[in-house]
Amino acid sequence: MPTLPRLDYLDRLEAEAVHILREVAGQFQRPALLFSGGKDSIALVRLAQKAFRPGKFPFPLVHIDTGHNFPEVLAFRDRLAAELGEQLIVRRVEDTIRQRGLREPGGKFPSRNALQTYTLLDTVEEFGFDACIGGARRDEEKARAKERIFSVRDEFGQWDPRRQRPELWNIYNGQIQPGENVRVFPISNWTELDVWNYIQRENIPLPSIYFAHERRCVVLPSGQLLAVTEHLTLDATDELTTRQVRFRTVGDATCTAAVESDASTLAAIIDDILQAKVSERGATRLDDRISETGMEDRKRNGYF
Amino acid sequence: MDLLRFITCGSVDDGKSTLIGRLLYDSDAVSLDVLAALEEQNRTSAAGTVDLALLTDGLRAEREQGITIDVAHKYFTTPRRKFIITDTPGHVQYTRNMVTGASNADLAIVLVDARQGVVEQTRRHTIVAALLGIRRFVLAVNKIDLVGYSEQVFRDIVADYAAVAAQLGLRQVVSIPLSALNGDNVVKPSANLPWYQGPNLLEHLETVTVATEATTDAARFQVQYVIRPQTAELPDYRGYAGRIQSGVYRPGDRVLVLPAGIETTLAAIEIDQQAVPAAVAPQGVVLRLADDVDVSRGDTIVPLAQAPVPTRELEATLCWMAEQPLRPGRKLLVQHHTAKTRAVVQAIVARTNIQTLEQQPAAEARLNDIVRVRLKTARPLAADTYQQNRTTGAFILLDEQTGATLAAGLIEQTAPAEPEVEL
Repeated sequence: MPTLPRLDYLDRLEAEAVHILREVAGQFQRPALLFSGGKDSIALVRLAQKAFRPGKFPFPLVHIDTGHNFPEVLAFRDRLAAELGEQLIVRRVEDTIRQRGLREPGGKFPSRNALQTYTLLDTVEEFGFDACIGGARRDEEKARAKERIFSVRDEFGQWDPRRQRPELWNIYNGQIQPGENVRVFPISNWTELDVWNYIQRENIPLPSIYFAHERRCVVLPSGQLLAVTEHLTLDATDELTTRQVRFRTVGDATCTAAVESDASTLAAIIDDILQAKVSERGATRLDDRISETGMEDRKRNGYF
Repeated sequence: MDLLRFITCGSVDDGKSTLIGRLLYDSDAVSLDVLAALEEQNRTSAAGTVDLALLTDGLRAEREQGITIDVAHKYFTTPRRKFIITDTPGHVQYTRNMVTGASNADLAIVLVDARQGVVEQTRRHTIVAALLGIRRFVLAVNKIDLVGYSEQVFRDIVADYAAVAAQLGLRQVVSIPLSALNGDNVVKPSANLPWYQGPNLLEHLETVTVATEATTDAARFQVQYVIRPQTAELPDYRGYAGRIQSGVYRPGDRVLVLPAGIETTLAAIEIDQQAVPAAVAPQGVVLRLADDVDVSRGDTIVPLAQAPVPTRELEATLCWMAEQPLRPGRKLLVQHHTAKTRAVVQAIVARTNIQTLEQQPAAEARLNDIVRVRLKTARPLAADTYQQNRTTGAFILLDEQTGATLAAGLIEQTAPAEPEVEL
């Protein structure tokens, strides 16, 4: 009689995520996996391989490209999709701005973060997606901590936190009416550290910007470091510096801060996180600081 | 490292959110920027100290009203264990969210305000948690500082609660006096409670036995999705993807496909495209069958010797979660994990009085009621009773039109007993 497998907490989180991904495949006609090129969505892709190989993914990868991405991340995205042999759909915020006559965000550090909601909703409509899988985690932010794993959105993509469906056991209710769609978060119960531990255990390749490298940065008044890119308009008073940095999250180059670090391996990064005293969003996001309810408001309006 | 999922419940203002805030804060799970944001909020709102409840109350309405509306999930890890906390609302009108939290938890912390003692919501939440199969309870007697750290007050509340626990057959209750606000006995022992010799809360959470899936349970598996690559290399591959819900599966097992009742052999079990010698709950697997049989999503594959009898008639306990009352004759959808079928409510047998736990006759079920019903389904379900199996004994009811989740269902009997005959 073979000995039975003993499951540790990562095995359990993995089993939960695989179960959720297969529920999406079983319950929806036209699902999509929203892929940002960040570590969370890269982990999702690995989980999708576990859920569906040797078959193909029952959904395309969809990237909402703000035009402010790091080139290393875009190259990684294209390579990954090609290696997987899966369909990649890219829709650009730039096109939405032009088609809808929207105003480019101004300011010193222009963020297209709010505008990408339009592109996302247009893309959902264009392809008739009834479920969009995302890599959001409940430990990221307080409003996210309240969201279900299957989160129903109305035809305007809006989230109503007061009318969330009870989510019982591990029974996921994907029954929706025409026009509605569901956002699905298979790694809801993972923390930042869990994702890194999983990436290490599974030996998952990541874009190079997650590891320590030298980069020209501008020092913000808060002390945060922002990569110097073509999207920033710098002036003479800006303090520029070259530092050894890495990125803890990968979002727009205009609103994702770098952290000083010489961690060049996964083990070193995990060590860094264990020591870190500042939360992931706090260390790296400039856009949540706008107001206390920043995330809740954006989610209500259809943001992921 | 293992994982403990627990809920906190109790009446409004008993300090649940503060207790979680304290656990996170004292176990260093709160980062500096979150703490700074918190202190900023407190400066702009109330007076003085850090309000730890703000760590969990994430929605604007919750912060404005100072109450928890929806389930919040929090995560922390100590060197000994990883924890997932579900903070559930105390208000009566949000009991359905309490049910949601309890359905996924291994342990419940029931908070009681030392000044109030055991109140209606304490009973209700304990009943709901017990009903949903939670067996490990912590009675946290909070705000013990406000009763002068009185041992007598603590003893009286423990005795009151013991009566509730006894009525429900709960044998694993650990009572801990604490103050979430001051941190007494949450993560650190308290000098204010010299008469208390037991573990502090975190110590207990770190050492309590975690429920693991028993390998002796009947083996259960439902098909979620059929993998058919139909490629040149794998033209005939058919794999049945799903999660092992309970028990153990091994290649070579003689199995039944239900509800059709087709017998075949388990040719292989694959995980990540590798054949494995055995798989256990809750692993996600792909099952390969020896024969080319018709199997689709919602079907159950079980070892022959352990197979349940598929049934179209269920007697079940419901936690009714909709505003609109449930009356006999109502048609709805049953979602039994991956199986979905129409059903009709044939009768409401009784409603549980949560004061006395008595079963009383009822014509309808209202929001937050716990009722016993008889259901008839369109297609047979390979179900167990909730007592036998916390997974395959559970289902949800959906509104046919809107798809809204209307009720949590716990199967009591898979084929209703024969009506009693007058002799």
